[in-house]
Amino acid sequence: MKKTLFDKVWDAHVVDSIENGPQVLYIDNHLIHEVTSPQAFKELEDRGIPILRPEQIVATADHNIPTTNQHEPIKDRLSRKQLDELTSNCHKNGITLYELGHKNNGIVHVIAPELGITQPGKTIVCGDSHTSTHGAFGAIAFGIGTSQVAQVFASQCLLLSKPKSLRVTVNGTLKKGVLPKDVILYIIAKLGTNAGTGYFCEYAGDVFKNMSMEGRMTVCNMSIEMGARGGMIAPDDITFDYVKGREFAPTGDEFDKKVAIWKTLPSDRGATFNQEYHFEAADIEPMITYGTNPGMGIKITGKIPENITDDSAKKSLAYMGFEQGESLINKPINFVFIGSCTNSRIEDFRIAAGFIKGKKKAKNVTAWLVPGSKKVESQIISEGLKDIFDEAGFELRQPGCSACLAMNDDKIPQGEYCVSTSNRNFEGRQGQGSRTILSSPLVAAATAIEGKIIDITKHLS
Amino acid sequence: MKKFTTLQSSAVLLVNENIDTDQIIPARFLKATDREGFGMNLFRDWKFHKNGEINEEFALNDPSYSGSILVAGNNFGCGSSREHAAWALSDYGFKVIVSSFFADIFKGNALNNGLLPVQVSEVFLKTLFQKIKDNPKTEIEIHLINQNISIKGTALSENFEIDPYKKTCLVNGYDDIDFLVASINKIEAFETKHQY
Ligand code: SF4
Repeated sequence: MKKTLFDKVWDAHVVDSIENGPQVLYIDNHLIHEVTSPQAFKELEDRGIPILRPEQIVATADHNIPTTNQHEPIKDRLSRKQLDELTSNCHKNGITLYELGHKNNGIVHVIAPELGITQPGKTIVCGDSHTSTHGAFGAIAFGIGTSQVAQVFASQCLLLSKPKSLRVTVNGTLKKGVLPKDVILYIIAKLGTNAGTGYFCEYAGDVFKNMSMEGRMTVCNMSIEMGARGGMIAPDDITFDYVKGREFAPTGDEFDKKVAIWKTLPSDRGATFNQEYHFEAADIEPMITYGTNPGMGIKITGKIPENITDDSAKKSLAYMGFEQGESLINKPINFVFIGSCTNSRIEDFRIAAGFIKGKKKAKNVTAWLVPGSKKVESQIISEGLKDIFDEAGFELRQPGCSACLAMNDDKIPQGEYCVSTSNRNFEGRQGQGSRTILSSPLVAAATAIEGKIIDITKHLS
Repeated sequence: MKKFTTLQSSAVLLVNENIDTDQIIPARFLKATDREGFGMNLFRDWKFHKNGEINEEFALNDPSYSGSILVAGNNFGCGSSREHAAWALSDYGFKVIVSSFFADIFKGNALNNGLLPVQVSEVFLKTLFQKIKDNPKTEIEIHLINQNISIKGTALSENFEIDPYKKTCLVNGYDDIDFLVASINKIEAFETKHQY
């Protein structure tokens, strides 16, 4: 039988199948962080169950950490307690932890690929829905709840029913100024926020074939925003080159052997999917969102739809303070956030710096740049990007999730708009009463320079 | 996990669609390291106005509603994987959520905590909305063994789907960890031949 990429990886990890029920799926790597793990550790302790494979777990502190003065003790008592518990749980159980300040610390979905933990053909889980990011390597990667974190602790397995398959193909060449973030925002705007529910999605076609690993991660990252549990892209030479030489990557002959296996993973020609969608690269333009779910996106020069009758959509527009039929061009914006596991890798900062170079940030704007990891932070400095940002008046902060979910002090004030490279524009996501407009790092950088939303397509040299 | 077989109760009505887990429990309340106590902050930013005053119009503040069933609009529980959302709903006292669609991760999280997601047709959901609006004391009965939801005092009912394995777990009050730990021998045997 012809198999999809997803089938191949899934089938290789099935330990057992329950009649008329779920399958027992083996998990290769388990990533954990401070927010969704403490209750799982506690549950195992209470039930007297040991952690089966601590060496297959890697922990980082990212969701709830400050992004300034990370060397100082954390002020907020509850946050400090959460981090202390992570540290003591990891020590007790022999789990590798990249704590605050460690050279490998950063957002879980940025560091695992960076360290070479993320590899093709693996199964990877984490108590965070954007675990889908790692699918960019041709891995099955998805977010889990805390009860499932406990299950993986106890057995290195999960009980799951195999999801259906979906393929989104985008062929052609992207226009200038159209970034991977625009591609995924476009797809979600076209398909809606629950088109993917019950599915695992494969992205195929020229656009993804020609994309860098970092771009592929941005795309797979947001699969969950159309409801899909995960997204995948077939591994190829771009993938192998990226993995090669990284800290946890196989070396020498072992690497070549792995590559030979990885090359067998792409979907067989003629393999069938339960659902397929096709788009043309030429139709995609720089995107922004106008509402309170990621499906409410338009091209930046477009207009908010008219004749909205749906109550939820109306409520959403009222929250955002936008009108039906309105264009967002020239909307004054006071906050810009470039960061999150969607867009906080070095390429994102290079793109932002490329636009910002020699320009000054608008006076009304507070612009936060939050690298995804310590490694990205040092690259920003060593490549001289920090100087460009400093001169333009942007604030480079220390790595973490930051204003993506505003669990720490990085909150957007009540009622303010924030053009953000993160992945969710839910009500209050970036702080109580904050209003999020999702965009690519290029659009975010341009917004910070102009102090308002502009038609980026007219500003590309 | 507590056993679940049947439940009869009045319901709280939340007609909004796409209720995401950030609304169910905002991120700033995720700092606790226990499972208990999240009910207090359930729908926090909808329950209170920005100035801290109670939002009288919000369903959970409406004294005419009561009961341990939440009836909500399409695509309930989308967004973040935080299980805290399921904990908050349970802790508040809900035992069943009825909607025409549930987001994947939320559904799994709910089931793992003995909170039953009942997925009904769009038509049946609209009927429920109407009946509860007309009479907030309307009693709803959920019968898990028969996989049936009915509106008391009417002939209106519908069957719902649930994974047979999950159903057995709920009915008997056991969970996935029990099953997986019992499978450790098989898992270890698998590891010896697993090549990734
Ligand atoms: S950056 Fe945002 S989306 Fe990504 S892991 Fe952190 S909180 Fe989750």
